[in-house]
Amino acid sequence: MQWETVIGLEIHAQLSTKTKIFSAASTAYGAEPNTQACAVDLGLPGVLPVLNQEAVRMAVKFGMAIEAEIADYSVFARKNYFYPDLPKGYQISQMDHPIVGVGHLDIEVEGQTKRIGVTRAHLEEDAGKSLHESFHGSTGVDLNRAGTPLLEIVSEPDMRSAKEAVAYMRKIHELVQYLDISDGNMQEGSFRCDVNISLRPKGQEEYGTRAELKNINSFKFVEKAIYTEVERQKEILEAGGSITQETRLYDADKDETRSMRSKEEANDYRYFPDPDLLPVFISPELRAQVKADLPELPEAKKQRFVTDYKLEAETANNLASSRPLADYFEALVKSSGCAAKICSNWVCVELSGALNKQNLSISQSPIDSDRLAQLLQRIADNTISGKIAKQVFEAMWSSQDSADTIIEAQGLKQITDSGAIEAIIDKIIANNPGQVEQYLSGKDKVFGFFVGQTMKASQGKANPGEVNKILQDKLRL
Amino acid sequence: MSLTTDDVNKIAYLARLGINAQDTESYTANLSNMLNLVAEMSSVNTDNVAPMAHPFDTTQRLRPDQITEGNQRDNFQAIAPQVEEGLYLVPKVLD
Repeated sequence: MQWETVIGLEIHAQLSTKTKIFSAASTAYGAEPNTQACAVDLGLPGVLPVLNQEAVRMAVKFGMAIEAEIADYSVFARKNYFYPDLPKGYQISQMDHPIVGVGHLDIEVEGQTKRIGVTRAHLEEDAGKSLHESFHGSTGVDLNRAGTPLLEIVSEPDMRSAKEAVAYMRKIHELVQYLDISDGNMQEGSFRCDVNISLRPKGQEEYGTRAELKNINSFKFVEKAIYTEVERQKEILEAGGSITQETRLYDADKDETRSMRSKEEANDYRYFPDPDLLPVFISPELRAQVKADLPELPEAKKQRFVTDYKLEAETANNLASSRPLADYFEALVKSSGCAAKICSNWVCVELSGALNKQNLSISQSPIDSDRLAQLLQRIADNTISGKIAKQVFEAMWSSQDSADTIIEAQGLKQITDSGAIEAIIDKIIANNPGQVEQYLSGKDKVFGFFVGQTMKASQGKANPGEVNKILQDKLRL
Repeated sequence: MSLTTDDVNKIAYLARLGINAQDTESYTANLSNMLNLVAEMSSVNTDNVAPMAHPFDTTQRLRPDQITEGNQRDNFQAIAPQVEEGLYLVPKVLD
């Protein structure tokens, strides 16, 4: 039988506020355990949550970016469950009145554009962290993360393959960073994902029973986990069995999924509106303010790069996928005054390559756009060749010096003085009578030998156009 | 509406409350009475009334995103039963 995979994602993006969603404790990552857990985060008796306006603003911003309905009226609810890293005994989340309603996002897979529906996005607080190792039989609890604001983004079951799911996840990841509402750091758990997967016979309208894979924090693992889970479900269904609706865990080491909870103990969260929090009203002023602050979004930027800079779609996409990268590129075009095509090449090839090699992000680049601009100007005004420029680039990478300083100090200026080039060529012709003979007898390939020798003798500094011209003149005789 | 003792035991389990078996009967009766009161209220026609999420008819005040809470770990941990390396220790749990 032909099966169709149906996938929906729930993405948790940690919002990059300074303080927690309901308390004024810091959210900075990596602090000493429990030094950023205040009385509210600890759930001590008598404390009350007070909502962070920045978290609300960020959620509204996200909603506008996916063209979603923003609720006028939004309600926080308690999701009750017991676990030591949740000291109140409930998580404050949203149920019936989420802040962001139905929206959508377009993804591209294998050249095809597909629209993925977003059901809702709601605000909630994160839990603390349990450490199960090395406390002689006890569990250690660090509540620094407790109360950190999360935006849970729930998609429609619109994806039909692992590739689509990953494309959607990447798009959301790109978007939250663009909007500056999350750092998207997956190692630190700022961006993680639950995957709902079911299979149905091709052509069938009705959805099959789904399994939920919890807390996957890399694109690669999402893809692998889906492949693995689809195979598991297919095997069961083809053997005539049925899928149990349950939560499963993906084990990347073993590349398998396994059941987390059995059905008998299915969680009963007993949601109800939190009496400690009043309904949230999103004012027209706030909407207008957020709308005015909304940056140009990746898709619009990409289109603009294609139209204004005449870049190829793929290059434009590359550059527009990250806001700091796009900003770098535009700053480079502006300050160098060089052709956009040359700038995009340097950013996408040399610069990105060097950054990748050292695992740096564009904002950590040792060469800022102004320094790189000067280098490109020196290529444009023929001071150096493109090849020498790469050498200068390497030197700039490991020093603070400007391109000009390096060119001067290392004597890399291109030789355009035809007299000087002629002198080099004369010497080479005189030293290689054999090759001259061959060339004159019709072996055109030997020409390359002379070009190579000239470049070598000039340490790469001779202007290649000039070399070709002079060589042709000289060897014609 | 009336609850059974099984219902009461389940509610106690969900709330992680240990209750004495001898009290189950009286809890069952008391909780059933509360539900009956709710049922009575439910009989009122509220067709054109929007449900309220809160008894106060006002909206949430928002807080500026500024850190005002400092580190008070030592104070908080002074009343914790068991701590180690800055962590609160609890009986071992694995989900």
